[in-house]
Amino acid sequence: MKDKVLNKPLEARKASPLLVSISAVIMGMLAGCLLIMLIGKDPINGYKNLFMGALSNKRKIGATIGLSTQLIFAGLSFSFAYKTGLFNIGGSGQMLIGGIICSLLAHKLPLGIPRPIYLVIIILAAILAGGLWGFISGYLKAKFNVHEVVSCIMLNWIAYWVCYDFIPRFIIDPSIAVKSAPIATERTLRSGIFGAIFGKSTTANLGFLLAIIAVILIWFILNKTTLGFNLKAVGANKYCAEYAGIKVNRSIIISMAISGALCGLAGLSYYCGYSNIMEMGKMPSEGFDGIAVSLLGNSTPLGSLIAGLFFGILKNGKLSLVTLGIPTELADTIIAIIIYFAATNVLFRNFWDGLFKKSFEKKEAYFALAVNGEKTMDQVSAEERKELIKKGKELSKTSKEVK
Amino acid sequence: MSHVIEMIGIRKEFPGIVANDNITLQVEEGEIHAILGENGAGKSTLMSILFGLYHADKGVIKVRGKEVNIKSPNDAFDLGIGMVHQHFQLVHNFTVAENIILGKEGGFVYDIKTASKKIKEISERYGLAIEPDMVIEDITVGMQQRVEILKMLFRDADILIFDEPTGVLTPQEIKELMQIMKNLIKEGKSIILITHKLDEIKEVADRCTVIRRGKYIGVVDVKSTSVDEMAAMMVGRPVSFKVEKKPAVLKDTVLEVTNLSVKNAKGVLGVKDFSLSVRGGEIVGIAGVDGNGQSELIEAITGLRKIESGSVILCGKDITNMSIQERNELGLGHIPEDRQKRGLVLSAPLTTNMVIKEFYKPRFGKKGILQTKEINEYTQGIIEKFDVRSGEGKDSLAGKLSGGNQQKAIIGREVTANPELLIAVQPTRGLDVGAIEFIHKQLVEQRDKGKAVLLVSFELDEIFNLSDRIAVINAGRLIDIVNTKDTDVNSVGLMMAGIKKEGE
Amino acid sequence: MWELLIIIVPSAIAYTMPLLMGALGGLYSERSGVTNLCIEGLMLFGCFASAATIVKLQAIPGFSFNLAIVIGIVVAMLASTLLAALHAIASINLKADQTISGTAINMLSSALSLFLAQTITGSGNITVVRAVIRSDVPILSKIPVIGPLFFSETYWTTWICIAVWVISYFLLYKTSFGLRLRACGEHPSAVASAGVNVHKMRYIGVLTSGFLSGLGGACILVTYAGEYNAGSGINGLGFLAIAALIFGQWKPLGILGSTAFFGLCMTIANIGRILPAFSGIPMAVLGAFPYIATLIALVFSSKKSAAPLASGQPF
Repeated sequence: MKDKVLNKPLEARKASPLLVSISAVIMGMLAGCLLIMLIGKDPINGYKNLFMGALSNKRKIGATIGLSTQLIFAGLSFSFAYKTGLFNIGGSGQMLIGGIICSLLAHKLPLGIPRPIYLVIIILAAILAGGLWGFISGYLKAKFNVHEVVSCIMLNWIAYWVCYDFIPRFIIDPSIAVKSAPIATERTLRSGIFGAIFGKSTTANLGFLLAIIAVILIWFILNKTTLGFNLKAVGANKYCAEYAGIKVNRSIIISMAISGALCGLAGLSYYCGYSNIMEMGKMPSEGFDGIAVSLLGNSTPLGSLIAGLFFGILKNGKLSLVTLGIPTELADTIIAIIIYFAATNVLFRNFWDGLFKKSFEKKEAYFALAVNGEKTMDQVSAEERKELIKKGKELSKTSKEVK
Repeated sequence: MSHVIEMIGIRKEFPGIVANDNITLQVEEGEIHAILGENGAGKSTLMSILFGLYHADKGVIKVRGKEVNIKSPNDAFDLGIGMVHQHFQLVHNFTVAENIILGKEGGFVYDIKTASKKIKEISERYGLAIEPDMVIEDITVGMQQRVEILKMLFRDADILIFDEPTGVLTPQEIKELMQIMKNLIKEGKSIILITHKLDEIKEVADRCTVIRRGKYIGVVDVKSTSVDEMAAMMVGRPVSFKVEKKPAVLKDTVLEVTNLSVKNAKGVLGVKDFSLSVRGGEIVGIAGVDGNGQSELIEAITGLRKIESGSVILCGKDITNMSIQERNELGLGHIPEDRQKRGLVLSAPLTTNMVIKEFYKPRFGKKGILQTKEINEYTQGIIEKFDVRSGEGKDSLAGKLSGGNQQKAIIGREVTANPELLIAVQPTRGLDVGAIEFIHKQLVEQRDKGKAVLLVSFELDEIFNLSDRIAVINAGRLIDIVNTKDTDVNSVGLMMAGIKKEGE
Repeated sequence: MWELLIIIVPSAIAYTMPLLMGALGGLYSERSGVTNLCIEGLMLFGCFASAATIVKLQAIPGFSFNLAIVIGIVVAMLASTLLAALHAIASINLKADQTISGTAINMLSSALSLFLAQTITGSGNITVVRAVIRSDVPILSKIPVIGPLFFSETYWTTWICIAVWVISYFLLYKTSFGLRLRACGEHPSAVASAGVNVHKMRYIGVLTSGFLSGLGGACILVTYAGEYNAGSGINGLGFLAIAALIFGQWKPLGILGSTAFFGLCMTIANIGRILPAFSGIPMAVLGAFPYIATLIALVFSSKKSAAPLASGQPF
C-alpha cells in the first residue's frame, strides 16, 4: 500500500485494551482481598478455593462451562447493542421471556417430534421471544425517544411478572408450589456428548456450542457485512449516519431485536440446559453480569467469550467459598468492582501510557547517547535501533562509573 | 502611555502541538489592540491564558505594570479583565439578567430586581438596548453578543477582550459593534480585538499584533500598514483573497425549490414560503445571519427535516418526500455545516467515512458482504486526489485529522460521487488560508464542470467571492435574489437585516 | 369509594416519599450535568445501611427505638453519599461513560450490601424489630375529609421528605447555588467562564443525589417495608424514580406529581389484592401494573425531552 503517511516520529506504546482489562481484573481481585480480610478470613485460601472450586476436576469444569454459556450470550448481546450505540440493560427480562417460552414448549410440545426438529423449534422460539422483548425497547426508543435503559428495566419487571403468572398457570410442580416441574432431560439442551466428557448429569450443554457459533456469527456480522457497517455507523455517530442516508430508527430497532434474541438464547441455555426448572419471583442476574462480561471483553465478540468464561469461573467457584465462611456474594462484588474499573479505564490507560512514555524516553536518551544526537530513532531499522539503545545503555553505565 | 496588559514570552503546549510559542503582547491603555492570525494560529489560546481559562507553561503576565498570576476567570475579573467569547457563553433557557449575574449573584438568595435595574442602567449608558427579562433563546444573535458585553461591564471590567466578534453579525450590526467599541474607549476602557478580518482591523484598531502558527511575528501600527502587508504577515506569503473565476456557462435547472415552508426545532416555521432555483454551471450563495432559516432550508432540501408545504425538485424529479438515500442517488452532494457532528464518524477510519453513503451499493457491499479491497482502493484514490493528509493513511481515524484535512476528506467524498447539485454549508469555517483556497477551488471547479452549487456562508466575503447569484434570507423568508456583479456588500447587508429596497 | 380512598391515599403517600427522594436526588445530579442511573443502587444501599444500623442499635438493651431509627436514617444517607462519590469520581474526574459507571454502582450496591448482610446476619435479609410508628398530626387530622386522608396515621419521615422537597425547590430556583447548578447542566463552559468551578458544582449535585437517595432508601425500610430483602432489593424503585424525573420534565413540581402517580401505582400493586375492588385481577397483573404504567407514561413524555442539555457530557 502506498498510503500517504505523514513522516511521523516514533511514539511511545499505548496501553492496549487487553492490558486495561487485565488491570481492571487485578484491581477487582485486590478489592476482593480487602473484603475477605475485612471479615477476618484468609484471602489466599479464599481465592484458592474459588479457583479450585471451578476448575479442579472434569465435573467442575463442566459446571463452569454450563454457567459460562449464559454469560457469554449475555455479554455478546450487550456488546452487540453497545457497538451500535445502545445500552441493553434488559438482558434479564429477555432471558426470562426466552426461558418461559422455551419451557412452555418443552412441557407442551407433543413427544413425537424428532429431537433435531424439536431443537430447531425451541432455538427459534428463544430467538423470537427474546428478540421481541428487545424489539419493544428499540421501538420505544426509535418512535418515542424513550431511554432504553429505563424501558429495559421496566420490561425486566414485566417479564418477571409474566413468569410469575405463567409458571403456576401452566407448568407448576404441585409438590413445590414456587417452581416449575423439571423438564425431561431429552427435552433440554443437555446432551450425551457433554455427559461423556464432563460426567453424567453435567450442566454443560449444547448451549455452549450455540454460544460459540453466535460469537463467530456476530463477529462476522459486525465486521464483514453491510448490516454491521450500517449498525456500527449509527452507533458511532447517528447524526452522520442519518446525513449519509442510513435509516437510524430502523437500525436501532434491528439492533435491539438482535441483542434481545441473543439474550433469549441465554434464557434457553439457562432454563432448558443449565437448569431444567424455572422459579417464581426470581430475576436472573446474568442480564446485568453480561454488561460486565462485555466491558471486560472490550465489547468484542471474542472478548465476550473469554470474559464470559472468566466470570463463569468466578460464579461457579464462589460456591466453594461457603466452606471457609465467606459469603458467596464476594464473587458478585468482585464482578461489580471490575466493571467500575472497566468504566474508569482512563485510570489504567493513563497509568500504563505514563509508564510506557517513561521507558520510551529512557530509550530515546540511550539512543541519543549512542549516536551522539546525530540521528533520531525513526531513521534506522528496528534491529539497529535495538543495538544502539543497548550500546547507549552501556555507555551511560560506564560514564557513571567514571564519575 | 503605559501598558495596561503585557504578556511576555508566553508558551502553551497541548498534547501534540505547541499552541503558543514565546508570544509577546503589549496593550496600551485606551487603545484598541488587534491580534491578527489565521484560524488555529493560537489567538484564542493566548486570550484564554489572559482570562484564566488556561495556565501558561512559561511566560510572564503583567497587568498595569504589576506581575500577576491569573488562575481562573475570577482572578481576571478582579483585575478588570473581561472576555466576550466567540461562542457565546450564555445559558439558552435563562433570562438575560440571570445570565449576567451568574457567578456574581451578590448573595445566597439573589435579588434579580436590583440586578436588572443596574443592567438597564449600563445598557442605556453604552447604547446596548437590552431588556433584562428576555430569555436568551428568544433574542437575536446580535443582542446575545451585547449581553456578553454587558456581562463584562456588569463586572466592572475595563480591559475587554473581543474574540472574533463579527462572525455572526450583519454588516450593519458590525458597524454598530464598532461604534460600541469606540464608545467603550471613550469611557476609558481598553480593548483587545481578536480577528482574522483585515478590514475590521483597519476600521477600528490602533495597533495590531500578528501571530502565525503559534509564533509571534510582529506588532504594527495599523494606520501606516497596508492590508496586503498585514495579510502577508499573517499567512507568511503574499495572498490574494480573490477567487479566479471564468464567466458562468449556464445549463438546465438542477434544483427548484417552490413555496417551501419548514418548521424549526422550536416547532414554529423557520422557513416560510421560500422559492429558489439553481442551474447547472452556477454558484448560488445564500447570504444571511446565522439562525435565519439557512439550516432548516438545507435540511429540508437534503431530507434531514420534514417539509411542511411546498416542493423541492431535483433534476426534474420531485424529491419532496423522498428518503435521504434516494436523494443522494439522484445526485445530491452535501458538505454539512458541522463537519464533526454530521460530516464524519470521528471514531471510524477514513475507509468507513469515504463509503458511508454508498456502502450498500454492489460495488462496496455485494450481497450484504463488504468488499474490503474495493473500499480500500476507493478511499486511497480520494486521499491522493484531494491531498488528505493523515498519520496512517486510509486507516487513520477521522477524528485524528486536522480540521482542514477533515474538510478535504468530506469534499473528496462528495465530489467523487459526482453529484449534479453540491450543497456546501459554511465549507471553510475555522480553516486556514491554504485549506480555504483549496476548497474554494473545488467549488468553482464543480461549477465549471456544469454542476449546480448552492453555497451557504455567514461570511459575506466568501459569498461575494464565489457566487454568481446571491439569495438573501432573513427570518426564514427570501428577501431577494440578485446578481453578484449588480450589487454590493451594503445593499446585501441591508437585505440581511430584512430591509428590501423599494421601487426596483 | 370513601372506604377505598381512606386505605389507598395514606398508603400511596408512604410509597411516594422514597420515590420522591430518589427522583429529587436524580434532579440534583442531572441538573448539574451528570446522568445518574444509579439511583436504584444508592437507594438500595441506603435501605441496607439503615437496616443494618437499626438492627444493631435496637439490639442494645435499653437503646431508644426511635433514636435508633434516626441514627439509621443518617447512616443511610452518609453511606449512599459515599457510594455516590464513586460515581462522581468516575463521571467528573475520570470522564467515564456515565451510563456504565451508574450500572457498575448499581451492581456494586446490590452485591456489596448482600455480602455485608450475609456477614452481619448470616442470611440475606435484615428485618428491623420496630419501624416508624404512624401517628396523627395534632389538630390537622381533625379537619374533615383532608384530615383522615393526609394527616392521620402518618409517618414522621413523610414530613421530612416534604420539607426536603420544599427546601430543594427554594434552593434550585431562588438561590445563587441553584442558578449555578442549573447552569452547569445546560452550558457548563458558560459557568466556567463566569468564574464558577463546574467540577465542584457537579460534585455537589452527585453527592446530594446520594444523600437524598439514601434518605429515600431508608424511608422504604422504616415505613412500609420493615426489612431489607436481598432477593428482591427495592424492586426497581430507583428506576421508577428516574422515570418520574423524565415524566416530571426535570422540574420539582412535575416530579412531585409524577412520583405521586407512580406511588399510587405501587400502592395498587402492593395492597391491591386485599382490596375488594381489585379482587378479580390476577396478582401478576397488579404486580406488573406500575412498570407498564411507567412505560406508557414515558411514551407520552419522552418525545419532547426537557433534559438538561449538557447532562451526561463530561466537562
